[in-house]
Amino acid sequence: MKNSIKILAGLVAIGLVSCEPEFDNSVEDEGFYSSGTANLTNYVAVGNSLTAGFADAALYITGQQNSYPNIMAQQFEFVGGGEFTQPLTNDNLGGLLLGGNQITQNRFVLSIGANGNPGPVILDGMPTTEITTSATGPFNNMGVPGAKSFHLIAEGYGNVAGVPSGAANPYFARFATSDNATVIGDAVSLNATFFSLWIGNNDILSYATSGGSGVYQQGNMNPATYGPNDITDPGVFANVYNQEVAALADGASGGVLVNIPDVTSIPYFTTVPAQSIPLDAATAGAVNAQFALYNTQVLGGLAQAGFISPQEAAARQINFSAGANFPIIMDDDLTDLTQVLQGPPFNLPAQTAALLGQLRQANNTDLVVLPAASVLGTTPDPNNPLGVVGVSIPLADRFVLTQQEQFRVTAATNSYNQTIQAVALANDLAFVDARTALGQLTIGIPYDGGVLTSTFGTGGAFSLDGVHPTPRGYAYTANLIIDAINNKYDATIPMVNIGNYATVTAANNL
Amino acid sequence: MKKVLLLAVFVLATATTYAGGYRVSLQGNKSLAMGHTGVAVVSTESMFFNPAGLVHLDNKLNISVGGFGVFSNVAYQNESTGDFARTDSGVGTPIYAYASYAVTDWLTAGVGVYTPYGSGVEYEDDWAGSHLVNNIDLAAIYIQPTVSVKLGEYFSVGGGPIFVTGSVNFNRNLNRTLTDIDGNRSEVTIDASGVTGTGWTAGLMFSPTDKLNIGFNYRAEIILEAEGGEADFENVPNTPLAPFSDTTFDAELPLPAELSVGLAYEFCDKWLFAFDFNRQFWDVYESLDIDFADPNIPDSFNQRNYKNSSTYRFGLQYEATSMFTLRAGYYFDESPVRDGFFAPETPRNDSNNFTAGLTFNVSDSFQIDASFLYSHFEEIDASYDAYFENGQAVPFGGTYKSNAFVPGIGVTYKM
Repeated sequence: MKNSIKILAGLVAIGLVSCEPEFDNSVEDEGFYSSGTANLTNYVAVGNSLTAGFADAALYITGQQNSYPNIMAQQFEFVGGGEFTQPLTNDNLGGLLLGGNQITQNRFVLSIGANGNPGPVILDGMPTTEITTSATGPFNNMGVPGAKSFHLIAEGYGNVAGVPSGAANPYFARFATSDNATVIGDAVSLNATFFSLWIGNNDILSYATSGGSGVYQQGNMNPATYGPNDITDPGVFANVYNQEVAALADGASGGVLVNIPDVTSIPYFTTVPAQSIPLDAATAGAVNAQFALYNTQVLGGLAQAGFISPQEAAARQINFSAGANFPIIMDDDLTDLTQVLQGPPFNLPAQTAALLGQLRQANNTDLVVLPAASVLGTTPDPNNPLGVVGVSIPLADRFVLTQQEQFRVTAATNSYNQTIQAVALANDLAFVDARTALGQLTIGIPYDGGVLTSTFGTGGAFSLDGVHPTPRGYAYTANLIIDAINNKYDATIPMVNIGNYATVTAANNL
Repeated sequence: MKKVLLLAVFVLATATTYAGGYRVSLQGNKSLAMGHTGVAVVSTESMFFNPAGLVHLDNKLNISVGGFGVFSNVAYQNESTGDFARTDSGVGTPIYAYASYAVTDWLTAGVGVYTPYGSGVEYEDDWAGSHLVNNIDLAAIYIQPTVSVKLGEYFSVGGGPIFVTGSVNFNRNLNRTLTDIDGNRSEVTIDASGVTGTGWTAGLMFSPTDKLNIGFNYRAEIILEAEGGEADFENVPNTPLAPFSDTTFDAELPLPAELSVGLAYEFCDKWLFAFDFNRQFWDVYESLDIDFADPNIPDSFNQRNYKNSSTYRFGLQYEATSMFTLRAGYYFDESPVRDGFFAPETPRNDSNNFTAGLTFNVSDSFQIDASFLYSHFEEIDASYDAYFENGQAVPFGGTYKSNAFVPGIGVTYKM
């Protein structure tokens, strides 16, 4: 009797362990969420740094784990999504090594300085991601930081031998399946059932972040001749974009195309005010005295002689006052007067002529880039306290995106975006208007813990490089894309709560 | 041998919550089988339910010892995000031991040990609600010396002081997003053991006829005050913005007072019906406040805002043969948790509970008591709205579904 009670008790106990509470409708049940007409079992994401999960000016593990495609893939698991592989780097420092030598910088972290103020600093440490030690591709995340539209179909873009010369991309060199592999080719080899493509950002971004240091290659149909900071011709973009979408869409149940956001609304361009040079009345007067003759005699004479228009002469006037002033800048869209000023009647010394050659004072239409914050107002020559950047030394061209340069960026972006939307329509693919959605970050996107904005450092959407999103920014992006997929394919993929995703990483170097 | 046994009892005495709040109503197999009634029932388990009943026991020496295996599970899901979680709760094992001796025919003395409060809930680390709780293990052992006195034909009283020793171990993430540089979520574990407190219990039994008993019992509130417990911070990033380092803490956890009234009625010779009404004074549990010793670490305030709650218990006993006594019962257990304060560490809504059990009389002096409880909870949409991020309330909500299965076994020795 005792024994049978023991046995009975044992059996009951075993039975009870497996008695889990069940929901009437469990999110784990098949069919609770639907992928609609899309098949999400094998998803490949193609793009650039944004797709890779790049943040804080580097690619590192936790950033990659919070890439928008990885966030999406986790939600796809509710509707049959399979494993999503990523070319994870080796650490959370982010720098790359080529043959043991560091070739890209480590990530930024938010550090509290000796003065108690927070600011971005580069995280100390020797990175361990060696690009010659190939990761075995292809991966579901085919985001390649730095890639422009035409790079995705460029053979040799992943050949490590081409990295030192800039002909190849160190990130792709790490996981390209062969020296001649293309990004699109490797992506297509996955036979994905669904794809996303977000490319074209770098076709304008490097021009913009370099303060317009490149050239708008309008009409030049050969991207092999482009410099790294040039704007891609819209025709070239349309051509390669169509090829890429055709290759990815072939055999897939669907896909989603994402257009190009307005790069000039990101914190990289909106954080440093153009009017940033504080001067007292005495200093302003002294500086003005230096420019008095130039303003009245030189510019007037040049206009009269027809070298520049009266409008340009007016735009080139230098005038400081007490309070916050616009810095003097180099603007390569101005008429270059270096030679003229060295000749009669001015006969200026070559150095002075070069200084004044394309000089003007910045104005409210100029966008000063984030790195200028560490340059403006400094005295680069410690022996010359009067040599102040922005007052007596012009801010270099690469630090300022002028209005004319912004127009080129906008014109190219608009053209690319027309292509992207048209290709989405023509191929019956989902389309995400990231330009509009990310533009709303300047106003703010409410979420359960506050408002997500594009304000540098505190807004939550952008990482410390001022260009790439934080995990929360990427989660917001993932939701946008999921929403577009749900609408296009009658799917009901659940979105994530962006409040559960981190913003900037605070860490002090040891 | 006795020491070893006692130690084993203490080690085992962690219980998984399955009643309202962290009350664990498992203080006897005979009583549980009858819907955990007992305030008006004379039994070897009266030590807990109503000490006034002890003096009515037939035998001089009565010892009841037993325990339960609590198989309790909670499932959580959020349909808008797809987040889901299941608790990975081990088997809770609340115990009891009661011994009483009739010194004279009007005075009985004894001692009881039981575990009326406890909780053991373990979610997967870093689950969606990990900023509220990853896991909690709470145990309290009551030790109660008792006297029971007969006052004339109709009345008896009983009671005694209560000495409590308790422990708590609680882990949660510091917030929804903070991690170290490698992405490991920053978390804190607070741990305090050997926390003691004292209280008392007193009961009255009125027996107007042979067949009818009416009982009252009150068990006083005990506040467990943990002082100098250990707070262990893990995965904290190296930044002055997160000034968390290991320290000590003070905290208070109330074990609320409970009032019981009820009746027991014998009928048709072999049948006994019992009804208990319990009122638990949970309103003392306003907030779980953790005061960290390190002044750089902000104290943790966690509103609970519990309300007083009631339980309605019904039990039936049938002496089938001289060998077997059969029991069954039902009770409705009201949750003390208010809307908007549904914290996942005690995810309890109202429950319907079904019990059954039997006693097997091995001999005149030796019995085996067995019982079984099934707790049924409706699926509930609930949220905890008192979590704040930068001063803004960030509700944590979703759908919860719980259940509990509790088999119990005990022995009674009478002489």
